[in-house]
Amino acid sequence: MSNNLTRRGVLKSGAVAGAGVALPTIFTASSASAFTNEPTGSNVVLGFNVPQTGPYADEGADELRAYELAVEHLNGGGDGGMMGTFSSKALDGTGILGKKVDYVTGDTQTKSDAARASAKSMIEKDGAIMITGGSSSGVAVAVQGLCQEAGVIFMAGLTHSNDTTGKDKKANGFRHFFNGYMSAAALAPVLKNLYGTDRKAYHLTADYTWGWTQQESIAAATEAMGWETVNNVLTPLAATDFSSYIAPVKDSGADVLVLNHYGGNMVNSLTNAVQFGLRNAQANGKNFEIVVPLFSRLMARGAGENIKGIVGSTNWHWSLQDEGSKAFVKSFGTKYGFPPSQAAHTCYVQTLLYADAVQRAGSFNPCAVVEALEGFEFDGMGNGPTLYRAEDHQCFKDVLVVKGKENPTSEFDLLEVVEVTPASQVTYAPDHPMFAGGALGTCNPGA
Amino acid sequence: MFGLDKKDSTLLILVAVLTLLAPFILNPFPSDSGLAQFNAGYPDLMQRFVIFGIFAIGFNILFGLTGYLSFGHAAFLGVGSYSAVWMFKLLSMNILPAIILSVIISGLFALVIGFVSLRRSGIYFSILTLAFAQMSFALAYSVLTPITNGETGLQIALDDPRIFGGAVAADGSIPVTNLFGLEMRSAFDMAVGPWSFTFSAGYYVCAIVMLIAFYLAIRIFRSPFGMMLRAIKSNQTRMNYTGLNPKPYTLAAFVISGMYAGLAGGLMASMDPLAGAERMQWTASGEVVLMTILGGAGTLIGPVLGAGAIKYMENIFSKINDNVLHGWFAFLPDGMEDAVVWILHPFVGKGWHLTLGIIFMLVVIFLPGGLVEGGQRIARAFKGKKAKETSEKATTEPAE
Repeated sequence: MSNNLTRRGVLKSGAVAGAGVALPTIFTASSASAFTNEPTGSNVVLGFNVPQTGPYADEGADELRAYELAVEHLNGGGDGGMMGTFSSKALDGTGILGKKVDYVTGDTQTKSDAARASAKSMIEKDGAIMITGGSSSGVAVAVQGLCQEAGVIFMAGLTHSNDTTGKDKKANGFRHFFNGYMSAAALAPVLKNLYGTDRKAYHLTADYTWGWTQQESIAAATEAMGWETVNNVLTPLAATDFSSYIAPVKDSGADVLVLNHYGGNMVNSLTNAVQFGLRNAQANGKNFEIVVPLFSRLMARGAGENIKGIVGSTNWHWSLQDEGSKAFVKSFGTKYGFPPSQAAHTCYVQTLLYADAVQRAGSFNPCAVVEALEGFEFDGMGNGPTLYRAEDHQCFKDVLVVKGKENPTSEFDLLEVVEVTPASQVTYAPDHPMFAGGALGTCNPGA
Repeated sequence: MFGLDKKDSTLLILVAVLTLLAPFILNPFPSDSGLAQFNAGYPDLMQRFVIFGIFAIGFNILFGLTGYLSFGHAAFLGVGSYSAVWMFKLLSMNILPAIILSVIISGLFALVIGFVSLRRSGIYFSILTLAFAQMSFALAYSVLTPITNGETGLQIALDDPRIFGGAVAADGSIPVTNLFGLEMRSAFDMAVGPWSFTFSAGYYVCAIVMLIAFYLAIRIFRSPFGMMLRAIKSNQTRMNYTGLNPKPYTLAAFVISGMYAGLAGGLMASMDPLAGAERMQWTASGEVVLMTILGGAGTLIGPVLGAGAIKYMENIFSKINDNVLHGWFAFLPDGMEDAVVWILHPFVGKGWHLTLGIIFMLVVIFLPGGLVEGGQRIARAFKGKKAKETSEKATTEPAE
């Protein structure tokens, strides 16, 4: 290293370096584009941001499978899946607007920070035009906010909090999945028939936006039919052992335990509850019951025997017999050898809905896509006739109430559909108090 | 220059050149080539490099100089982030008040924690700081939910007051963070042939702040105060016997490094206005220890290098999935391709921690002085004799 650091030397080398940096600008002009990451080549990049580690890793893995399947179908591979049954026929298997669909993946780690970093690198480095994914409402809300700022579309994956399309709704964000309010509206009548109107409920709730809003919804709906809420205990999302939360339940005077948990959390808390003998317990002269308001087949598999007879709600189940569901289960099963979960279904549908909206709008511009999706009515995607409501970018469709099967015939046949609650019964006003306090704002095309 | 001797000036200029030209240096591969996977020159990651650089520089003032190993520094980073986001919610989207407040608040926080923790040294001090940090994490995660919004993370919203104006941007959306009108998000893309380089306003703001922080750290290292801190590291008992009370010095070092962490947290929130509790978790505290040791504790440039290395691994290696691997090795025969991918699979994607762990172990075992020692060894090998001569010369200089 030279020791001759003089003022002149510094100035000289500074000038040379400066000229070197400035030189390339002579040859180029910054390319102006109408919106963030406008695809100019022969392909278009979508960003799939799912949890590959953490309590929702199972769901994340299944979501990724669904995304890969959707990309295959969009590019004309496979058997086309739900593209054949989808009521809109704009997609033709040549990618989106003739551009081949590419994708990048990232790990949200079920943490808002990591998810945003991952989504940012997709937008800034890989040029993703649309981000999709989730599996935690906290993450979905955080990433949706980021996409709004950056000017790309966010197609929410599995996120069930009221806030995603309520308090934290954004113009660039869309949700196909149902929410806590809908679960409560669908579950309440079924619970009334099964367990009566004189019950005392004890809630264990995952301590973040989804848990809070689902607990609020379930408590409101059950109290309206005469139940009493004895207690609500918040549990950390990262918890893996719930015995200390389950232990006080027996002596609390409650006769129903509501587990506002999802994924690995629910598998662990339900297992703990069964270990503590709550399933066979008697309280207030009635059988003690456990309710899991949001359910999935992956969770049922994780919980094994314990899930039998437990009631909950779900967005979709592979045993549905409509054309769309059958087509999707068939192509997913052919590719991976087992049926898809509800997380896989909603992610697959979201990808197709985005592609279709771009195709119909004739542009990748986020504002054009927003316009094409708002108020869009469609069918053939496994949930019956569905509406993407313009006021809050939430899909309205039928909700399934399911029960853990007593005698499963295979390791996938774990849930039976108890009731299909029609969309009209779970629809609410956009300014419902549980969803108030936010604003869509205006669509942001970025750049 | 700036009151530094020649060697330090050279180092400062070197760091300045490296940070200012980072958009070029970090994007060495054409954007459509297969190696573009390894490009790190996008704004978010470059910002992370320098922000965590600041964090590690501050940590090094405490750990490198006094030898006090704090396992709770992430708490200050988190406190800084929360203060900054609250400023965005209450005052305005200008990042200056946010950063100033985050430094002040984390300094106060460090004063309280430091005052208690520094009553002990060695392992007990580490455990105390760890306990405080986990306590702060638990508070932010659930108890203080009204202030921190818990697991969901604190975000800015349309209906925040922002009393200095600019509550809503002109187009009705949430305004973006700025420095007197210069938007942190704005960036300029420059395409040179197949290469593309991104210059982001936010990155350059962070880079300038880091250079100032780096300069301050050099001054602290070279000051009598720095000498006193080194004395604490080498033998505290002896210091006591000579009649010097080490406590005010260690507390000052602790508060300064806490303020550095707060500065990093404030900058992080300025680049992306969100603060989450997981920033304060013990893993985040452990990360800065890794950065400092990996780069070289007690050296000036080491922590910055360590921060860069870890953030690079986290963001680039974790993005390599099986698809990408298959793409690389597509030229091999089928069976062999699968075998190679199978071998590499645990080390990339979500397995990047494993790669980091191996590198960390190798560095600690073979290069106890961190990456800096590696660099010195390479430099020595190249220069050979010449370097030996100069070092001899240095040792023969008379003492003052």
